[in-house]
Amino acid sequence: MATVPQPIPTTATTTSPSPRRGLPSGVTALLFLLPALILLLVFLVYPVISTLRMSVDRGLGGNFSRFVGLDNYINVLQTPSFQTAIINNILWLIFYTSIVIFFGLVIAVVAMRVRYESIIKAVVFLPMAIAATALGVIWTFVYQLDPNIGLLNALLGVVGLGPVSWLGDPAWVNAALIAVGIWGSAGFATVILSAALKGISPEILEAARTDGANEFQIFWRIILPMVSLPISVLAVTLVVNVVKLFDIPYVMTQGGPGDASRVIALEFYKQDFSAGQFGKAAAVAVIMLVILIPVMIFNVRRFRSGSVV
Amino acid sequence: MSTTTATERVAAPAAETASSRILRGLNRLPIHIALGLIALVWLLPTVGLLVTSFRPRTEIQSSGWWTTFGSLQLTLENYQQVLNAQGMGQAFINSLIIAVPSTLLPLLVCSLAAYAFSWLRFPFRDTIFLIIIALMMVPVQVAFLPVLQLFKTLSDGVSSVTGQPFVITQGYAGIWLAHTAFALPFGIFLLRNFFITLPKDLIEAARIDGSSTFGVFRTIVIPLSVPAIAAYGIFQFLWVWNDLLMALIFVGKNSNYPMTIQVTTLLGTYGTEWHLLAASAFILMVVPLAVFFSLQRYFVQGLLAGSVK
Repeated sequence: MATVPQPIPTTATTTSPSPRRGLPSGVTALLFLLPALILLLVFLVYPVISTLRMSVDRGLGGNFSRFVGLDNYINVLQTPSFQTAIINNILWLIFYTSIVIFFGLVIAVVAMRVRYESIIKAVVFLPMAIAATALGVIWTFVYQLDPNIGLLNALLGVVGLGPVSWLGDPAWVNAALIAVGIWGSAGFATVILSAALKGISPEILEAARTDGANEFQIFWRIILPMVSLPISVLAVTLVVNVVKLFDIPYVMTQGGPGDASRVIALEFYKQDFSAGQFGKAAAVAVIMLVILIPVMIFNVRRFRSGSVV
Repeated sequence: MSTTTATERVAAPAAETASSRILRGLNRLPIHIALGLIALVWLLPTVGLLVTSFRPRTEIQSSGWWTTFGSLQLTLENYQQVLNAQGMGQAFINSLIIAVPSTLLPLLVCSLAAYAFSWLRFPFRDTIFLIIIALMMVPVQVAFLPVLQLFKTLSDGVSSVTGQPFVITQGYAGIWLAHTAFALPFGIFLLRNFFITLPKDLIEAARIDGSSTFGVFRTIVIPLSVPAIAAYGIFQFLWVWNDLLMALIFVGKNSNYPMTIQVTTLLGTYGTEWHLLAASAFILMVVPLAVFFSLQRYFVQGLLAGSVK
């Protein structure tokens, strides 16, 4: 699944090298920065301002000359499919985020005890390398209604349960898509958390065992508190994934059946952008940006404090 | 590696009897079963599609892929058909045409900028860097409308100057630029964090020896940073290869569509033709899988560097 690792400062020191004699002038620095600055200004800074402006304009078919105040926002928030999308994003947020972390932690902890740890990690991690489009095809196949084609319904058939239309039934479709997301991201969580677990000193664990702690106590009282920071960073990454989520629903259901599996990014693309409702599309984009502002502040704060493990 | 085995080795008597070894193995049996199940869940869906991609169409429609192992009847015909008749061969080439420059350009631009942020001094350096960290969280949707407008203005300008009809999104320049620009905040951040860890003495010595700023960059910083640059390059390449959304927005010509769009279209139009879908999904996956298996170390490093260590 398309998971962008959410960039958080690493152990690298965040202090800058101290000033020295014979420093290159600001002009030299500018030459090194120029390509990046131009691209960032044209493709990110200017668009943020421009989209804010567009979001208060009717903007039909790209004609931005009619100021409408907050109409687009009110309009968007009142659209039933947008409301469904928000609810679905919240479902993703709750279930995808928590279950991915849970699986990541369990797999990392359990795999640490066996010699084939690296193989297990590679297997679980594999979906991370693959396009969400391919994940969509793989799982649409697993979810096929015909028990002669779809593995899941074939397995259900073995225990005597009727085939379920996983992607065609509004009651199941979100669970089915979230499961794909979890399958795609669990390996990412496993690798991150496994690296964090390796950082726990064996002496501490041994001391606890000598003092008579059982494995559950060790997990809850020692391991979990010691990986709480990586878990919080991972959680933020997963939340960002959810806000930007597009590929899996687009490829597998196009937001259907009806609007049952809509998400915000799909709403932006299908409902507004593709329909030439550019004012509304801009409003949806701004809403997405606003949702991500707390994460932005979180990142900047973390970086400035330099208190990164 | 595993703390458990280490303790056990210490605790185990020198001459461990066969029966105690078996007992210990039995104790660990639940762990092996759990990991076996995890491996199965993460492998079966992909293996199922892989097997299906080699099965004749009639077989796929009549029996599940898991029955294949009874009567092995495999064919390469599906691959031939999608590569030629379904245009996946062209789409594969398009994906490469999009992904290679969209990887090399950000590598160059990010390295230059990251060098300035880590080893050069200029006004507002830290402020600009914090803004770049904040820009990492801007959802691409925010940029779509203004950038498309800019592209249109630019295209119209070029057309009127040259007298030839020109539309930037009809070629690849639009998607190259867009991918490059949106990759910058993360790439600059990642490389800067690596560059800053390089030995200061080495860089100063080179400066004292009379190397120019660019000379230091080319002969010291870049050669020492190959692992980090490779990790980021792999990450960016897979990101672009697997991208669907940006291609939907910035590739305006059907014959230029990358594989992700073509596979999605195929799923939408021939949702039951699994012989075609399975084969094309694997053509889409072959490049990431090859990269993953050959460069897994770099790839995982890249992901880890982007989050927690």
